[in-house]
This record gives sequence, structure tokens and C-alpha cells, in this order.
Amino acid sequence: MLVLAMDTSNQALSVALVRDEALLAETTINIRKTHSESLLPAIENLMTAANIEPADVDRFVVAQGPGSYTGIRIAVTTAKTFAWTLQKELVGISSLAVVASNTQATGLIVPVFNARRNAVFTGAYCWQQGQLVNVLPDRHQDLAPLLAELASQTAPVTFIGTDVPLFQDQIQAALGDQAQFVSGWAALPQARQLAWLGEQGQPVANQHRFAPQYLRQTEAEVNWLKQHPTASKGHEPYVEEI
Amino acid sequence: MAKRELILAFESSCDETSVAVIEDGAKILSNIIASQINSQKRFGGVVPEVASRHHVEQVTLCAEEAMTEAGVTYADLSAVAVTYGPGLVGALLIGVAAAKTVAFAHHLPLIPVNHMAGHIYAARFVKPLVYPLLALLVSGGHTEIVYLKAAGEFEIIGDTRDDAAGEAFDKVGRVLNLTYPAGKKIDDLSKQGQDTFNFPRAMLHEPNYDFSFSGLKSAFINTVHNAEQRGETLSKVDLAASFQASVIDVIVQKTMRAAKAYPVQQLVVAGGVAANSGLRAAFQQAVAAETPDMDVIFPPLRLCSDNGAMIGAAAHVLWAKGAHADGRLNADPGLSFDYASDFQA
Ligand SMILES: Nc1ncnc2c1ncn2[C@@H]1O[C@H](COP(=O)(O)OP(=O)(O)OP(=O)(O)O)[C@@H](O)[C@H]1O
Ligand SMILES: [Mg+2]
Repeated sequence: MLVLAMDTSNQALSVALVRDEALLAETTINIRKTHSESLLPAIENLMTAANIEPADVDRFVVAQGPGSYTGIRIAVTTAKTFAWTLQKELVGISSLAVVASNTQATGLIVPVFNARRNAVFTGAYCWQQGQLVNVLPDRHQDLAPLLAELASQTAPVTFIGTDVPLFQDQIQAALGDQAQFVSGWAALPQARQLAWLGEQGQPVANQHRFAPQYLRQTEAEVNWLKQHPTASKGHEPYVEEI
Repeated sequence: MAKRELILAFESSCDETSVAVIEDGAKILSNIIASQINSQKRFGGVVPEVASRHHVEQVTLCAEEAMTEAGVTYADLSAVAVTYGPGLVGALLIGVAAAKTVAFAHHLPLIPVNHMAGHIYAARFVKPLVYPLLALLVSGGHTEIVYLKAAGEFEIIGDTRDDAAGEAFDKVGRVLNLTYPAGKKIDDLSKQGQDTFNFPRAMLHEPNYDFSFSGLKSAFINTVHNAEQRGETLSKVDLAASFQASVIDVIVQKTMRAAKAYPVQQLVVAGGVAANSGLRAAFQQAVAAETPDMDVIFPPLRLCSDNGAMIGAAAHVLWAKGAHADGRLNADPGLSFDYASDFQA
């Protein structure tokens, strides 16, 4: 199976072509440039380097979020369009899982993306028989309750993410020696890992409806729902063909 | 027989996701439009993040329906076109990402299209265009008079100094408790009312082709609030009719002045507000009285608001002039035509 994997969830962009379990080509770009300008050229370069045609790809794998809203939309739109237009498989993988898979640490692996205002996108993962298993579902959460929840665990906890240094003091204060840290380039998403996770994933059934996992409603909708508490029970279709 | 040119065109600049298949820039084989109005009216206007989220869920669906309805395969297509600006950046990015991907996956040329060129070329579905040509763009975000010396050559000769005409309709609509977007509702109310309030006609006598609608908007809001404070209720239909009459007066008079000053045989009135029945009637009357040899062209109502068909029509013209893009194409939310060299802001 030939897999094209792409992740634009955060500042770094990573794309990889993987055949079965062999890495053919990978590119990671970690500069401040818009993913919109960089993603397709990066894919084109990989394909040229590996002498692959778009139609040769069997499965498109994308980091589906959480992360930057605009960022995840670019990879998700690109991946779903590839899969739809070439009639190939599409698999979405948690952007947090991609980063978690960078470390082989025992115990809990807690990927962390900064979500501002001292909140994070996070979850918890661990390795079991060579598989990365999700232990606490991905969520958007304030740091304090997350640390309280983790402090009740006895296993070591490895925090991984390029944003981890922002929270290191608070984590250390709550968890002491129980906490380990992985940041810097070791915490960048690697699309080869994404491809590997995606090879094991289930292809999505309805590609058209495939959308990012934002893990947060928009502020406008949150406010509107507060004023219209019964609205979630049923409403006219929000988007209609005209 | 020469092979027909087929363009698959994407539009996602605001709150419609639309994909069309256009033959030779003039024939619509399909034009699928998914509107988010039911969602955005909850907020009284378009919330950019909400718009972007809807686009992601619509874009391939619209594209598939467009291909199916047109009865074409990728092998039949000549090119892929997409709106890359102006508009909401997050919304534009969805169409841009999807169009780039389809073009790359099928080795098709990619044509970047200015959304406002799209609004103008919606007129091509009415009849062939003759240059030089004058276009009035009246939409949610723009009020511009554009001179086209030749096909695909755009020069702004007049512009709004503040609000766009459509924006003024929508803001005034909010004061009248009309749901977003209010343009059509004000148009309907106007038919039952009279121009009794004599709202200001801004910049009518200034020697330029520019517009201003914020003074009108303020006058409207003040009139309504002052009446409320006195415990009076004003006639909604007369308010609507008075507002609309002011907008139409200024737009028609200034545009007609430009139409007489430039060597044009056709006047295109395009953009969402070009759907306004009062505006259409006023232009028809003015042209008949002042420039009977000039053709005034309004796109059909469905093609006045945002749609992929108009992007495909513009793409046909721009492609012939050499417009093309590659995988690096990005959204340009502030994209604008150039201003005429003698334009004074
Ligand atoms: N019959 C009508 N009379 C007046 N205004 C109308 C009518 N129908 C629609 N409109 C207005 O048209 C606008 C929408 O037009 P359009 O979709 O072209 O704008 P947009 O795409 O949001 O902006 P732009 O094209 O400038 O980027 C809204 O402001 C709406 O109120
Ligand atoms: Mg528009």
C-alpha cells in the first residue's frame, strides 16, 4: 500500500510517502510560512523525488486535529480532495497521536499543544504491544484540572510537544519527578509516523463529510447556544443547496 | 470541430460554497451552490470561522455534483479555476486548497480568479460582451465602477469611501429587525412604501465617481432611534423605500455620468445588490432616457450572488490572457483591481 501522509496542524508542516512500511520520502518544514503556500509544493517535490504519480497513491492520511484551525483545514481539505478526486482511501489520525508516537517512553505519554489562556489541546496515550493506544481522549482543557487528573496516576508521565517549555514549571510543580519532558525538534510531527498510524486506521466511510477535529465550538456558536438552549434539539439545515 | 473548453470553477470567498462546470466561458453545464445563510443568520452576519468550517464539509460534495450534473470526466476538463481573493481568508483557503489539489491530481492547468472579475463576467451568460465596457459592482463588500478597456483589463474609476452598498442594506436591515442578509427584504418592503424621509444623497454632486453610504446609514439609524425615544413608530415600508431610493439615486446618477464620459456601449451591473428590483428599473429608465444606444446588462438573479459559474466565465477570459498559477497559489483576502492612473482617493 502506498500512503501519502500530511500534517499541517501547527507551525511545522510534514509530508511523507510510505510504501508498506518503507519510507520513500519525507519533508518537514518548520518556518513561519503559510501552509497554504507550502503544502502542495512539498507534496509535488516528494512525488517527483520518489517518481510517484498522484494516482499511484492508495491511501491519503491526514492529521485531523486538534491544532490551528486554519492549519488543520488546509491538510484536511487537501487530503479529502485527493481521496475524493482520485477515488482512493482517506484516513484521519489525531494530530496529538502523531506527536505522541515520537517517544517510546513507558507509562503515559501526554502530547500538549498550546491553546492559549493557559488551556491546552491534549490527551493521553501509551504503548501496548507495539501499538499506540489512546488512554484519555483528546480534549481542549485548562492545564490545572489536567494536571490534577494526572497527579492521581502512579505511572511516569511524558509530556511531549514544542509548546511544552511554556508549561514546564506548572507541570513540575504539580507532578514533580513523575513528569518527563520532550520538546524541541524531537517533538515535531513526523509524517512517517502519521503514515504508519494511518496504515492501521479505518478509511472514512463518508469522505465528503470528513472534517477537522477542532475539539472546540466557535465562540459565536457557544454564545448563540447560550441564548438559544433548545436549538441543539433540531433546526433547519444550516447549509442548503440553492 | 475544435474541442470545447471546459473549466471546473471553485468559489468559497464568503458564505457560499460553489462549484461549476463552464463551457467556453459562456455556457453553464452545472453550477452547484451551497448557501450557509441559515447558519450565518443566527449571528446577524458572516462569522469567518463558522464560514470556513462549513466550506470544508461542502467543497468536495459540490464539486462531485458539479461534475455529475455536467456529465463530464476529468479527461474532458481543460482547466481548474478558483477564486483566490478578495474575501475571507479562511474561507478562500478551502476553495484554493481543493482546486489546487484537483488540478495537480489530474495534471490540469490552474487559473486564479479575482472574485470581482467573476461578478462582472456573470454578465457573459446574458450575451457576448463588447469592449470598452463599464461595470458597476455592487455587492456585500464592494461598490466600484470599473472600466474595462479590453477583455480582462480592469481599472477602478470609482469606489466607496466607506461602507459597500450591500453592507449598508444589511446594517439598516438590522435596525428594522430583518434577518441577515437584508437586501432582498428591504427591496420587497420598498415596493409597498414611499420615499418620504428624504435621506441624504451623499457625494452626488462631487466631480468624481465615488460613493459614501455611512452618512445615509447614520441618518437612518438616528431617524429610527429618535422616533423610538419619542415613543413613535415609523412606517417600516416608508423607511425601507426612502433608504433604497437614496442608494439608487446616487448609484444610478454617478454611474450614468461615468457611462457618458467613457466610450462604452455596454454597462454591466453586477454583484449581490444588482439583484435589487428598484436598481434594475432605475437603470433601465436612465439608460432609455440618457444613453438609449447603450446596452445595460444585469446577470440573472441566481448569478448576482456568489457562484462558481461566474468564476468559470471570468477564468475563460483571464486564461486567454495568460493567467495561471501553480501549487504555491495562496489566498489573497485584500485582492483588488488596480485603480485608474487618474483616480484620486
Ligand atoms: N434584492 C436585493 N437588494 C439589495 N441588496 C441585495 C439584494 N439581494 C441581495 N442583496 C445584498 O447583496 C449582498 C450579497 O452580495 P454578494 O454575495 O455579491 O456579496 P459578497 O460576496 O458578500 O461580497 P463581495 O462580492 O463584495 O466580496 C448582501 O449585502 C445582500 O443584502
Ligand atoms: Mg460576492
